[in-house]
Amino acid sequence: MDPLNPPSIPAPVAQARGLVKRYDGRTVVDHIDLTVQPGECFGLLGPNGAGKTTTLRMLLGLTPPDGGTLSVLGEPIPERAREARRRLGIVPQFDTLDPDFTVRENLHTYADYFGLKGQVRRERVEELLRFASLESRREAPITALSGGMKRRLTLARALINRPELVVLDEPTTGLDPQARHHIWQCLRGLLRGGTTLILTTHYMEEAERLCDRLAIIDQGRVVAQGSPQALIRAHIEPHVLELNGPAAMAWLEAQAEDLSARLWRMGDLALIYTLQAAPLTAALEQASIRYLHRPANLEDVFMKLTGHELRD
Amino acid sequence: MPAYPLPRLSLRFIPVWRRNLRVWRKIMVPSILGNFGEPVLYLLAFGYGFGRLVGDLGELPYMVFLASGIVCSSAMYTASFEGMYSAYTRMSEQKTWDGMLGAPLNLDDIVLGEIVWAATKALFSGGAILLVAAVLGLVSDLRALLALPVILLAGFCFGACAMIVTAVSRSYDFFLYYFTLAVTPMLLLSGVFFPLEQLPGAVVALAWILPLVHVVEIVRPLLTGAWPNQVVLHLSVMLVYGLVGLAVATRLLRKRLMC
Repeated sequence: MDPLNPPSIPAPVAQARGLVKRYDGRTVVDHIDLTVQPGECFGLLGPNGAGKTTTLRMLLGLTPPDGGTLSVLGEPIPERAREARRRLGIVPQFDTLDPDFTVRENLHTYADYFGLKGQVRRERVEELLRFASLESRREAPITALSGGMKRRLTLARALINRPELVVLDEPTTGLDPQARHHIWQCLRGLLRGGTTLILTTHYMEEAERLCDRLAIIDQGRVVAQGSPQALIRAHIEPHVLELNGPAAMAWLEAQAEDLSARLWRMGDLALIYTLQAAPLTAALEQASIRYLHRPANLEDVFMKLTGHELRD
Repeated sequence: MPAYPLPRLSLRFIPVWRRNLRVWRKIMVPSILGNFGEPVLYLLAFGYGFGRLVGDLGELPYMVFLASGIVCSSAMYTASFEGMYSAYTRMSEQKTWDGMLGAPLNLDDIVLGEIVWAATKALFSGGAILLVAAVLGLVSDLRALLALPVILLAGFCFGACAMIVTAVSRSYDFFLYYFTLAVTPMLLLSGVFFPLEQLPGAVVALAWILPLVHVVEIVRPLLTGAWPNQVVLHLSVMLVYGLVGLAVATRLLRKRLMC
């Protein structure tokens, strides 16, 4: 055994160095560095158009980068993307289920793409129908499925090859709360089984619930990286007071410089970020102003780092 | 991907082909009826209706002449339709290709699989007409079976050309240009309905640049009990159209989809 390379440091599942992508002279991914460790859930957060999907497409070998180096599951990308894709699963942002087939046939055909045959394929398809709770809909056409069922089937399809890594692009966008919780439960199950996950989302509670570590991306750059808790600690005061309505705004105006806390306002909504909530809540109680006191969360970090203006 | 200017050929195209076969099998009955129904109508309407007026062409009764032509033209139509309307639907409407790209399949495998599938459908429809022609007594001998691999190659050639059109199309409307400017002229100028020699020399020269006439030149003798001439030349033209079509379509589609 090589004493300089102890086996206790596992090789990263995915690694990007100085990743660049340009479209028509516009830089959409601007020197991104990422390292994803085995068994973790790694999140890519960012407003629409931040470069999340482009980064994922490069990781999967579906878009050639304009600069930087990339490896996934030890394979250089895009040169050996086929070999990498053999061992990973993809849940795309928009369903690409095959409308010419039933639920079961979709899994069956996808298994064929991975070279699964005969008994092994039949067993894996049955297993995944159970996993996705779609046994009773096995012969249903895709058009007859609800949004949640389609997502579950897409996730099941991505697992056909027992992947070491699953890449999910906005896995729960557009789903109702029950369906989202079901998907989250499935993903936590995968993590318990040792599968590595990379996901993009703009749902902060999704990132906070699932991700061990995440990178916040804005305008093609990583603006912050770490665990959700560490990011909150590093960037935001622990207490947040939310005020709204004309009375609260008038009270705020009156405080002026006396307010020893960071303040953010938009219209008649105000957020006060503070290390110590007690003096403020006392003053608000005294003035009979309604307020909401909550701990700082990832959304506060996200809004602080990526700005509050609308993105398109 | 400038590192690989040519298509990277691999047997991985087979699952793509098998996927299309599986869909076809689900609607097999209407597909097969269509394969038989239309050529029978053509043969009966043109052959009996028109053939009465024309009589014999050289030594061939018009029905026999026509049957061997329609075998070829239907291969062209079937492969062109499959390579355009059906492949385009799978590429951009149904996102079937995107799904495949999530598996260990490359775009090159998908393009090759689609073209081979278009060739397979050409074989189905050309074979169906051959069967009808045989039943009607319009085929001379077992040499006709040798026409089947030629039809398959013709289907590959027309499927590959159609895939180039698919690669540059932004909507279904675009396909009409190709039908109007390429497929229909080929149909009329390649000796399917009447002997090529009836046309002016310049038109004949043009027809020989296009692939369909080469298909007819091999298939017609095989169906009428003769051996074709210049087989290597005719097969080479089909093969070149097919391979160049595959290479160009692959390049264009990589540029369109892997960006």
